[in-house]
Amino acid sequence: MEIILSVIIGLLYSAGIYLMLRRSLIKLVIGLVLLGNGVNLLIFLMGGLVKGRPPIISATAENIGLIYADPVPQALILTAIVISFGLQSFAIVLIKRAYIVVGTDDLDKMHSTEEEDD
Amino acid sequence: MKQLIFRTATGFLLPLLLLFSVFILLRGHYLPGGGFVGGLIAAIAFVLHAFAFTLKETRKLIKINYRLLIPIGLALAFFSAILPMFKGLPILTGLWVYEPLPVVDMVGSSLLFDTGVYLVVVGVTLTIIFTISESA
Amino acid sequence: MIENLIIIPVLFQLLLAITLLFFFRKIKTQKVISISGSIVAVVIAAFLFHQVYDEGILTMQAGNWQPPFGITFVADAFSTTMVLLASISSLAVTAFSSVTIKKARLRFGYFPSLHFLIMGLNGAFLTGDIFNLYVWFEVIIISSFVFITLGGKKVQLEGAVKYFTLNFLASILFLTAIAVLYGLTGSLNMADLAGKIKQINNQGLVQVTAILFLVGFGIKSAIFPLYFWLPDSYHTPQAAISAVFAGLLTKVGIYALLRTFSLIFVPDDFIKTLIVIIAGLTLISGALGAMVQTNMRKMFSYLIVCHIGYIIGGLGMFTTAALAGAIFYLIHDIIVKTNLFLVGGIVFKITGETHMKKMGGIYSAYPGLSLLMAIPLFSLVGVPPLSGFWPKIDLMQEAFFSGNYFLSGCIIFGSFITLLVIIRFWSEAFWKKNEQKELKPHVKYYGTMPASQKLFLVGPILLLSLVSLYIGLGAENIIRLSDQIAAELMDTSVYIEAVLGTSHTIDTP
Repeated sequence: MEIILSVIIGLLYSAGIYLMLRRSLIKLVIGLVLLGNGVNLLIFLMGGLVKGRPPIISATAENIGLIYADPVPQALILTAIVISFGLQSFAIVLIKRAYIVVGTDDLDKMHSTEEEDD
Repeated sequence: MKQLIFRTATGFLLPLLLLFSVFILLRGHYLPGGGFVGGLIAAIAFVLHAFAFTLKETRKLIKINYRLLIPIGLALAFFSAILPMFKGLPILTGLWVYEPLPVVDMVGSSLLFDTGVYLVVVGVTLTIIFTISESA
Repeated sequence: MIENLIIIPVLFQLLLAITLLFFFRKIKTQKVISISGSIVAVVIAAFLFHQVYDEGILTMQAGNWQPPFGITFVADAFSTTMVLLASISSLAVTAFSSVTIKKARLRFGYFPSLHFLIMGLNGAFLTGDIFNLYVWFEVIIISSFVFITLGGKKVQLEGAVKYFTLNFLASILFLTAIAVLYGLTGSLNMADLAGKIKQINNQGLVQVTAILFLVGFGIKSAIFPLYFWLPDSYHTPQAAISAVFAGLLTKVGIYALLRTFSLIFVPDDFIKTLIVIIAGLTLISGALGAMVQTNMRKMFSYLIVCHIGYIIGGLGMFTTAALAGAIFYLIHDIIVKTNLFLVGGIVFKITGETHMKKMGGIYSAYPGLSLLMAIPLFSLVGVPPLSGFWPKIDLMQEAFFSGNYFLSGCIIFGSFITLLVIIRFWSEAFWKKNEQKELKPHVKYYGTMPASQKLFLVGPILLLSLVSLYIGLGAENIIRLSDQIAAELMDTSVYIEAVLGTSHTIDTP
């Protein structure tokens, strides 16, 4: 399972970076989404995989019992998901505005910030 | 998406989903659930309504200014965070009502926090989705 | 309870932001609340600083979870100094933006976002948890997106796309590094990490993680070769916004670098050399960039990049004296860079131009104001006895004596070019004769403003100039402070003990 996850994480990272390097705005955003998912999976993997034992301990249990999944990575992922939810919705609105105002989705044509005069 | 089946189903689904979202919110402390998921479900209920009918209809249905939910929710969460300060404890410490209440079970300041999160998520999600679909 | 004092700067900004959200459409009320709230925030920050300076490090465990399991907030001399400086800068910026930014733009939640941003900054300075630091970084950048897109012009949106992409990438790298770090140690508490990281056998992986942090923070703080987004996006927003960005946003990256690389990853020779080289190249490339620019605000943006090199250089040498110089420079730089962009804003209001060649005649029209504006400009250069002089001496000396001749050369080069650039700016904008030209209709000129508005333009600059005069003339106190901070950064046992308690003494391998 760890190996499959590592491969998937690697694929997500490489696909994300590849899409970011493309010139299209839409592909840029999709790349960012993929990267965000990749890093969430990485946190999950790094926390150690435990199958079928959620970190919920019943109130009646005397002791913790068997090894259960580490809740910290799950909390981290939840936080990261919420944050990337906000960032990605911003990104979508931003590229839409940028496309309307600039009139192109080609990043290479977005160079008015480098021009000498405003 | 103006089909009859979809519209009729939405009429039933909207209250059910809202109820379900509150259920998710309340069970959140010890079991999977909580304010964020609950808020998303509530927002999705309204988005579904907006798909089935129109944005205008949904706005009429919501009545209140949903943007106001964001500061209200933040204020609730803020209040629950500073509550322990008055008891001389570090902020965000969970304070609990000792007697379990019916239906809701144990009630504590974390429920107040989660309710705040719920309201913020509903407000934010509706703002985002309505803004995007309005300008489309 | 005294512990909760640590979190008050954060909570107070949150309270301000929430209150402002309730008055979302009432701009006048927002201005009053925002400015008076910022004054209170300075008082709170000063009180916290005083408390920590007198009585040592304060810690607070959020939610009453015992360390290292919960989120710890730590107020040591370094973090409280940063909080104090951030509060002063933000006070100046709120006052300045209340008159310079158009009402139509303030309506998009400008003031609430500003206070969310300051909340994020304060949180980032005060947290003792690496993941919590990430969360505060996100709070900061999400608020900054509001500012960078405010106005919605073509150039601003293009700048925003670049700014957004690079910052998102930096966050991803930061998060990746946190994931690896958690996998290695199973802890997120920075004080706890400091001990655990030394016990790891696979130091190669630790190095990789350190580099990931360096790149992630490096993008945010715009070090060589990761700074390209900064001059492309910092000159597009309004002057007041650029001032926040220049004074505080890049500095929080530097703060994180200084914190992680002193506490968690104590740099070895390889990383030290790497950072020193990066610092030198940052100085050179920023200086060269500033030299070729004729647009005032782009030139200032390159100066930000250039001067980050000093602080990073101090970190790279990693001796107490070098760190003290770097801290002093950081203190000076926050105030002066904020002020510099505010000065840029006034210059624009007077001349209606951002292009240096088209400016002129400010000195003959406003001699008093020009002298006031000379203070930040020449503090930046480091003309003695103004504030930039002392840390540069420290850094140069340390670079020279520790045999980092490359870095000392770069420091001299950077200072020299800064001098050149500022003198050119001064003679173009202030001393050159002004040719008469017709006024632009959409610019609100300084000359036509009522006196009350002028007060809000000049007041912030006066405030910040006084602070930087104090830093320069009262350098003795600042040196004592930065020495103490540097000593705390070098010897982290005090910090670790304050967070984890005395029982967690760390046995060095």
